[in-house]
Amino acid sequence: MMIKTGGQIVCEALVREGVDVIFGLPGGAILPLYSTLGSYPELRHILVRHEEGASLAADGYARASGKVGVCMATSGPGATNLITGLATAMMDSAPIVAITGQVNRGAIGSDAFQETDITGATLPVTKHNYLVMDTRDLAATIKEAFHIARTGRPGPVLIDIPRDVQAAEIEFDEAEYDKPVSLRGYNPPTTADEDAVAAAAKLINEAERPVILAGHGVIISRAFDELRELAENAQIPVVTTLLGISSFPDDHVLSTGFPGMHGMAYSSLALDHADLIVNIGARFDDRITGDTKRFAVNSKKIHIDIDPAEIGKNIKVEAPVLGDVRAVLNQLNPMVNQTTHTEWVQHIEHLKAEHPSLRIRESDDLLGQQVVKAISDATKGDALVVTGVGQHQMWAAQHYQFKNANSWFTSGGLGTMGYEVPAAMGAQFAHPDKEVWTFAGDGGIQMTLSEFATIAENKLPVKIAILNNNMLGMITQWQDMVFNKNFYANSYTGNPDFVKLAEAYGIKGISVTRENELEGAIQEARDHPGPVVLDFVIRAEENVFPMIPSGQSVEQLIEESF
Amino acid sequence: MAEIMANGLARRTLVALVENKPGVLARIASLFRRRGINIASLAVGASEHSDLSRMTFVAEGDPSTVGHIAKHLDKLIEVVEVSDITDNNVVWRELAMVRVRATQESRARVIQLANIFRVSIVDVGAEAVTMEITGDTSKIDSMITLMQEFGVEQVMRTGRVAMLRSALSQGGEDGEYGDQISSNINTLEGFDSGSV
Ligand SMILES: Cc1cc2nc3c(=O)[nH]c(=O)nc-3n(C[C@H](O)[C@H](O)[C@H](O)COP(=O)(O)OP(=O)(O)OC[C@H]3O[C@@H](n4cnc5c(N)ncnc54)[C@H](O)[C@@H]3O)c2cc1C
Ligand SMILES: Cc1ncc(C[n+]2csc(CCOP(=O)(O)OP(=O)(O)O)c2C)c(N)n1
Ligand SMILES: [Mg+2]
Repeated sequence: MMIKTGGQIVCEALVREGVDVIFGLPGGAILPLYSTLGSYPELRHILVRHEEGASLAADGYARASGKVGVCMATSGPGATNLITGLATAMMDSAPIVAITGQVNRGAIGSDAFQETDITGATLPVTKHNYLVMDTRDLAATIKEAFHIARTGRPGPVLIDIPRDVQAAEIEFDEAEYDKPVSLRGYNPPTTADEDAVAAAAKLINEAERPVILAGHGVIISRAFDELRELAENAQIPVVTTLLGISSFPDDHVLSTGFPGMHGMAYSSLALDHADLIVNIGARFDDRITGDTKRFAVNSKKIHIDIDPAEIGKNIKVEAPVLGDVRAVLNQLNPMVNQTTHTEWVQHIEHLKAEHPSLRIRESDDLLGQQVVKAISDATKGDALVVTGVGQHQMWAAQHYQFKNANSWFTSGGLGTMGYEVPAAMGAQFAHPDKEVWTFAGDGGIQMTLSEFATIAENKLPVKIAILNNNMLGMITQWQDMVFNKNFYANSYTGNPDFVKLAEAYGIKGISVTRENELEGAIQEARDHPGPVVLDFVIRAEENVFPMIPSGQSVEQLIEESF
Repeated sequence: MAEIMANGLARRTLVALVENKPGVLARIASLFRRRGINIASLAVGASEHSDLSRMTFVAEGDPSTVGHIAKHLDKLIEVVEVSDITDNNVVWRELAMVRVRATQESRARVIQLANIFRVSIVDVGAEAVTMEITGDTSKIDSMITLMQEFGVEQVMRTGRVAMLRSALSQGGEDGEYGDQISSNINTLEGFDSGSV
């Protein structure tokens, strides 16, 4: 037995969970914890400039590393500032543990200074949350929180700790840390039911026109080799979801892009023409299905997912398989016959040729598509790529040619503008030696660019490519195409000079306005050992194609005409 | 019990075993609220485990959404077990207390009717009697309708509690089999989020 404060117990529990980076910003209600944090050098605390930056950085760190991302904030405004990042992680199943300070136990419920009911407020945007009212419960709670965050369908978990619970000294038995987690209401599946796998194998073996829809679950489960084995063994074309990008190499012959609202026409058509869709860890999101009644009506569906609530939620499934992608594919692969599907694969090749969705047209002005392609070429598809939300995000998804597994990080489900800078920071902390590029919108970047300071302070060599159209491009596109050109509140006439802005933070800034400057500027940025902001001034009136308008089907697919 | 109501909404019965801790009900309620499901009745009480409570919900909402709600509930860490027993062979009961006006002239008839329904009178006042009714919803409904002529002053109903029949039992007058909801797919119009 030893005497320990709540703060010490938290720190020691974090060390035992293997935490090496914490993104946070202190305040009164979490100061007792911060006063012990300094004694634990293993826990590297990164002082952010805004708590949203902390939660989004934890998200980026989590996706890039596969470990749990950790963020911290004080009660009240600190805690509420975390919420957007928690919701982002919740939607895209990213494992995060958020620790917030709370007012003293006795003051809870009294509208005390900086009191917010953060467990109440975050109920719908966390996988689980805790208010710890007894210092003796801290060790077990932290262990449980990490377990819940990283297992099953991962997600954010918040732990709210009153100030006096952090400060209290208790007799503490170290053995508390090693107690196994036991949660009778929580038993995520791993391997699947044999019969379910056999039923899926049968459908695959009988199919003439099968397509794999590889989702984020493949990445979360790190099932890259298993996916490739299935695809190659039975020669099944692979389309990925937006979040499944980088689960399968873009340069593979079976790689068939991503379908949906702004996906490649040949991907959407492949799903439509298929007689079997093998959904591996994707949740049939409405950006893929459009009108669910008209989605892929010619096919049967297999759905491999770890979350029972996803199965049959949006689309009727003939063969549900409940389990972890990697475990299930290891069960499934031996049961799948080796075949070629020659005619079908040729049909897909034909679709790719007929619908060259990635062709970039000639233009006097610089195009966002050209910028992405140039960066993809320069980095040979080897970089870790992060984005904001909007047109630039879609161009990045379309035109960057990903070579490596798990190298693409974007906010898909929540569509969080402002993700670009903090998440890139998190990804760079996860992989200090890898080249990290983030594609930013001039809109989104202004939501969280306070983290320029954090990037500069920590000398993170992140390359920030702003696709600057001086507008909320995606909004402009919708107003153009869906709202009869009724343009309103879409253009930014007062944008700062991003190069000067970068320089104000001590970050190298480069301005690019012409296509022939691309190569040199990108090279200069790559050669620079520190962070760089590249301000690519691109053509403003440019829409993202292909497009399937919201709620429509592949019949309404709009392609760019050349 | 799988009722499709006049307004097209479905009514389903769920039973859950949950951790007996503060905040659990709020988590559950939050799931229902988010999906626009109305909790028509809710009964919570102790279970055979000292640290777990058992809840019976009657939930009303869009058929596919209510049909899916058990799966969402099961994701809550503090929900240990949950089943949608709508289509199962269950025995279920509801308790109601009804205060009925009973004057000198009418009291005898009120009590007579109560006896026919095997309803017990738990309180007698100068102007009213309070009766306790246990049974299925329709029994309680008809008792209340019958009492309207005397004047129903107050009704307090607990909501259903339900339990699966044990394997050997033959079912009873209230062990109903419901129609399976035909589709497991979200049928709401405008399913796409429509946002940028
Ligand atoms: C502007 C914009 C446009 C967009 N356009 C498109 C578009 O055109 N096309 C498109 O595809 N998306 C698009 N999206 C993204 C879209 O909104 C969704 O985020 C995305 O389709 C979801 O992909 P997913 O289902 O693979 O990933 P998630 O939403 O992360 O779902 C992952 C699924 O895998 C399961 N899972 C997790 N871990 C495991 C495991 N270990 N084993 C088994 N299963 C597991 C989960 O339960 C879940 O069902 C767009 C987003 C934005 C912001
Ligand atoms: C926080 C937030 N607010 C609003 C939106 C709605 N929205 C989606 S895309 C977009 C425009 C983004 O503009 P910008 O970052 O400049 O990217 P662009 O589309 O111009 O490439 C907006 C406002 C959002 N996704 N997130
Ligand atoms: Mg813009």
